[in-house]
Amino acid sequence: MHSQEITVPVNADIDIVTARQKGRELARDLGFTSTDLALIATAISELARNIILYANSGDILLSVVENGTRRGLKVVARDDGPGIPDIERALEEGFSTSRSLGLGLSGVRRLMDEFDIVSEVGNGTTVTVKKWRL
Amino acid sequence: MQVPILKQRDYLIASIQAALTDADLLQLRDALVSQVGTYRSRGVIVDVTALDVMDSFAVRTLRDLAHMIRLRGAETVIVGIQPEVSFAMVQLGLTLEGVSTALDLEEGLAYLDKKLRTITAPIIKKRV
Amino acid sequence: MSKEEIFAEATAVYDNYVDVLETGAVEALQDYARNLSERIIPRGVETHEVVGIVLLLRDVLARSLFSKYRQDFDKLSRVLDAYEPAANRIGSTVAVSFVQERERIIREQQEAIRELSTPVLPVRERLLILPIIGMVDPLRARQLTEQLLRGIRTNRARVVVMDITGVPAMDATVANHLVQTVEASRLLGATVIVTGLSPELAQTLVNIGVDLSKMNTVGDLQGGIEEAERQLGYRVIPMVEEPPVQS
Repeated sequence: MHSQEITVPVNADIDIVTARQKGRELARDLGFTSTDLALIATAISELARNIILYANSGDILLSVVENGTRRGLKVVARDDGPGIPDIERALEEGFSTSRSLGLGLSGVRRLMDEFDIVSEVGNGTTVTVKKWRL
Repeated sequence: MQVPILKQRDYLIASIQAALTDADLLQLRDALVSQVGTYRSRGVIVDVTALDVMDSFAVRTLRDLAHMIRLRGAETVIVGIQPEVSFAMVQLGLTLEGVSTALDLEEGLAYLDKKLRTITAPIIKKRV
Repeated sequence: MSKEEIFAEATAVYDNYVDVLETGAVEALQDYARNLSERIIPRGVETHEVVGIVLLLRDVLARSLFSKYRQDFDKLSRVLDAYEPAANRIGSTVAVSFVQERERIIREQQEAIRELSTPVLPVRERLLILPIIGMVDPLRARQLTEQLLRGIRTNRARVVVMDITGVPAMDATVANHLVQTVEASRLLGATVIVTGLSPELAQTLVNIGVDLSKMNTVGDLQGGIEEAERQLGYRVIPMVEEPPVQS
């Protein structure tokens, strides 16, 4: 039986792969469908990538959450980066795939069931997402 | 980890075996662009069957790859995108626009053949 | 339920009750309640029947406490102070477990219904037909997409004819799903021909910003199949009857 909580430090691009593989394993143990596994792994990949792109370091905390009889996966992506000055704009649907822009946050929000972000300029960013097993 | 690149007729085939780091993906891109020049290939197939995730970086890199290879006069086809992966990609808004895709290696080769082969002259039957 | 079964369950409930009152721990009771629910829900037991028994036991035990301590009012008060919250906790635990189990079963049944209602039909080699009938909600849309993508892979389809003649209306969310399905199918090397697009639905798509000229649409299912065959390189030739051989 896996542990209920895993923390993956994210400092280099290889950690992106580690974070999403660990997330996938945890989600698989929870019984998510293969489609949901792909959504979760992709979301974790984007969150971990943001840490690499915009901060020196950070980590991804993976844990199991419960709500009545429902169980789900919670992913918390924390970094010590510069913070996001305009969160609303970052979440705009006009997600750009160009090199400079595109935090992918609006996409991550689409992939998961719950999405929360706390960010302060000079104080880093924390993104919390959850996906529930049907 | 290096991705093996095979040469088949005037095509190059790169089969990705496992999850790639960003650096690996960039290395693959550069290797393919370089080899297209060396072997004067006319088509490139990148098989991503083994990739369980295609995130924004992977999609950007593959798009760049296709563009750079087109500048060298060759056509690129991405094959083997898994159903679950394609679903996640469109949810994220990543559509690989402008890049040809096919179901698998066989379909990819058929596509390149059709696209690149010269049209054979029509046969005219004559009554003698 | 037979008399023996009822007696056995009532005894089990009673034992659990006493256990909770003595130890203060409800885990065992929760497990029992969940287990009981799993067994009796398929047999059609109603919530009020289950809650009824629990409340009845609560009152019976309360009455026996009354008669035991009726001489000493202070003691009775103290006993009831301890008893009442515990008994209420038991009641709500049983009721909640029962309801949660019912909800779980309903969710499973809904999932099964959704799967059955969106068939993907391989009609010719490389050609799939997906007839969509009825209202499509986001959950069904997602189910549809998953089944179609898997179907494309399994059948190695190059063309899909998605017929939405039978879909009365669509909101923007579901229309978006449709567009995403077409895009995801392309990533698997398949083109999608949408047939049966009513003028109202076409308007919805335009309103959400879909470039209809980019979407492959044909009037009706028949036309869609013909277009698909054309794209696949089929030529359908009508069979000419051979004249009877003259001897």
